[in-house]
Amino acid sequence: MTVNEKQIDTSCRVPLLVLFGGAALWLVVGSLLALAASLTFHMPDKFGDCSWITYGHLQPAADDALLYGFCIPAGLGVALWIFARLGQTPLRGALVPVVAAHLWNLGVLVGLVGIFAGDSTGFAWLEFPRGGSALLFFSYLLIALWALMNFSGRREGGTFPSHWFLVAALFLFPWVYSTANILLVGWPVRGVVQAVVAWWAGNNLVFLWTSLAGLGASFYFLPKMSGRPLHSYFYALFAFWTLLIFGSMRGVPVGAPVPAWLPALSAMNSLFLIVPVIAITVIGWKTVRDATGPECKGGSYCMIEFGFVAFLLSALLLVTSACPHFSRITQFTWFGTAQTQLQLYGFFAITMFGAIYYILPRAVGIEFAFPKLIRVQHWFAILGVAIFVVALVVGGVEQGLKLQDPRVAFADSTKTMLPFLRASTTGLLCIVIANLMFALNVFLMIAAWKWSVAKTVFAFVISPLSKTEVKA
Amino acid sequence: MKNGFAIFLTAFLVLVTSWTAFVLGPQLQLGRARQVAVLNSSDVYPTSRPGEAAQGLVVYRANGCAACHTEQVQQDGVVCDVVLSSAGKNPSVVSNLLATLKLSGITEEAALAAGDKITAAGGKVETHIIPTGPDIARGWGLRHSVAEDFLYDNPVQLGSLRIGPDLADVGRRLPDANWQLLHLYAPKSVAKDSLMPPFRYLFETKKIGATPSPDALNLPKEFAPADGYEVVPKPEAKHLAAYLLSLHADVPLYDAPFTPAAPAKP
Repeated sequence: MTVNEKQIDTSCRVPLLVLFGGAALWLVVGSLLALAASLTFHMPDKFGDCSWITYGHLQPAADDALLYGFCIPAGLGVALWIFARLGQTPLRGALVPVVAAHLWNLGVLVGLVGIFAGDSTGFAWLEFPRGGSALLFFSYLLIALWALMNFSGRREGGTFPSHWFLVAALFLFPWVYSTANILLVGWPVRGVVQAVVAWWAGNNLVFLWTSLAGLGASFYFLPKMSGRPLHSYFYALFAFWTLLIFGSMRGVPVGAPVPAWLPALSAMNSLFLIVPVIAITVIGWKTVRDATGPECKGGSYCMIEFGFVAFLLSALLLVTSACPHFSRITQFTWFGTAQTQLQLYGFFAITMFGAIYYILPRAVGIEFAFPKLIRVQHWFAILGVAIFVVALVVGGVEQGLKLQDPRVAFADSTKTMLPFLRASTTGLLCIVIANLMFALNVFLMIAAWKWSVAKTVFAFVISPLSKTEVKA
Repeated sequence: MKNGFAIFLTAFLVLVTSWTAFVLGPQLQLGRARQVAVLNSSDVYPTSRPGEAAQGLVVYRANGCAACHTEQVQQDGVVCDVVLSSAGKNPSVVSNLLATLKLSGITEEAALAAGDKITAAGGKVETHIIPTGPDIARGWGLRHSVAEDFLYDNPVQLGSLRIGPDLADVGRRLPDANWQLLHLYAPKSVAKDSLMPPFRYLFETKKIGATPSPDALNLPKEFAPADGYEVVPKPEAKHLAAYLLSLHADVPLYDAPFTPAAPAKP
């Protein structure tokens, strides 16, 4: 029996709707929080009367809503679907990932409320208090387990490059997140070991997890959409290993008050990230070079291509900021914020947009309500992230040069940033608009699906019994 | 494409290595760290923060202060000054020698060599160690931050972005609790160009009772509440100020030596 694609897509329908629906919601929430946080710099006096709108709550909440609210569930959904498609195996027991996805969304809510209520753990990217992080951990385990069960039940024994990247990502999160929460919140280690563990975990979640999951998706979609085979199996294997080695053992910033070997090892591995970057560039270039597939008209293919380039740029920023002397300038500046945003939004979120726009209509069997909006959304997203990143990279270097010159008063270094921060706020505004358009299409899709389910149920209830049933 | 197992096994081993290097390694090296001796003194460092300051760290964490402030002073290196403490029996020989030597802002080796020459001529010298770097020059600290500074903190709040100035040594730099409270309530009242949002929600504006509160802030006119009202810090604000004042990373250690300025003569 051959399983047709339609059957596989349909088997993923409900989990994907829950995962992508939640992701779209948190994406909007996160970008609104980021916009609010950014406004602090333009009117600090307006943000003084309520603890819920202070920058120290808004910014971590915005970051976590993007990472945990959008990136991870979107990545999980895409991974579920790619596994089912690559393995030619429909997803079984879809109820479990559906329940887990709801628990995940609850966990994000609990975590965000915790941050605003002052229960943040105080570690960047790991702010969610234990109630939220425990929910995230267990619901992730369930979804990952279901994806892996589908993976091990695949019809052909072999593996594809997408498999390696996605399986590694599935495994990475529970490993890193449990380590961090046990050693920072459960039974805290002492002194600066806390900071080292937090930096290690933050890097592994923000850089490595998104790189693995995002490239796993790119390596599936780029060949599929361009109609060219991935070039090649061995390049991909090389990129996979080098990315894991150099990407997982970094994160401690230069000059941190920890034993010197830690920042030195981190910086060395960051510099060596140039190796997977070159390999991945070659893979991407040789795969799409002769593509005769769909033209780039602001659709899925275009977004995934943009995301791919954004990944290369983001990794190059990491390499650059690890160069001796230059790292001294960029540390403690907005340069790092720009790199993170390029990684999480420019690369990962935009790749996920492309994937979700491709997957959802197939899984649900309904077209998007506003297909033309996809193209507009694509431009707003790219424009927003480009303004944000360019402004803060340039501003960050400028700020760093002033911080390194003791003759410049500190207040002047912050004043220098103001025009750049204004630009970054504009970028965030474009991102908010793009996110709203994305959410609109996803929510309308969910509504249309619920409506069709309701209609089916209703039709079933009022339909007259068939003659055979009456006889029986 | 049948080597799935081998690929995943190597990936797993890489992650185990990463964990060993960045979680187990630092824990083995620093997990049992103890107090260390302060250079040229019988004191040990650090001591845990007093109760109010420890509660202040909770406020610092809960309000996400580390989103804008670091607690890591950086240092480029050190330079040395050689200072004559006694000219000995042949002051003229020593002073002639001094005139030929460069004695301030020199490397450790040069300082040792110069010290040896002067000692050979019968003089006695002291060598002062002076940390260098933009953070030190700004007065953000007397030396770079080291692991010992954070031994008793939980959570450790090193921060990564300097939207505001570094706070590793702010208790030495700005030791006035009232200044800290004014700055929290209305940053612009004490720092004109500050971008910091005010933390008015850590304060209470209330009607002045029979006697004015001794804690009431003495605010400049444009920041003061309406007549008949006073601004009183809530306990959180007091704790936060106590924590900021407890941030002193200002003793010389083996890891981070420097020569403290001589106490001013009475």
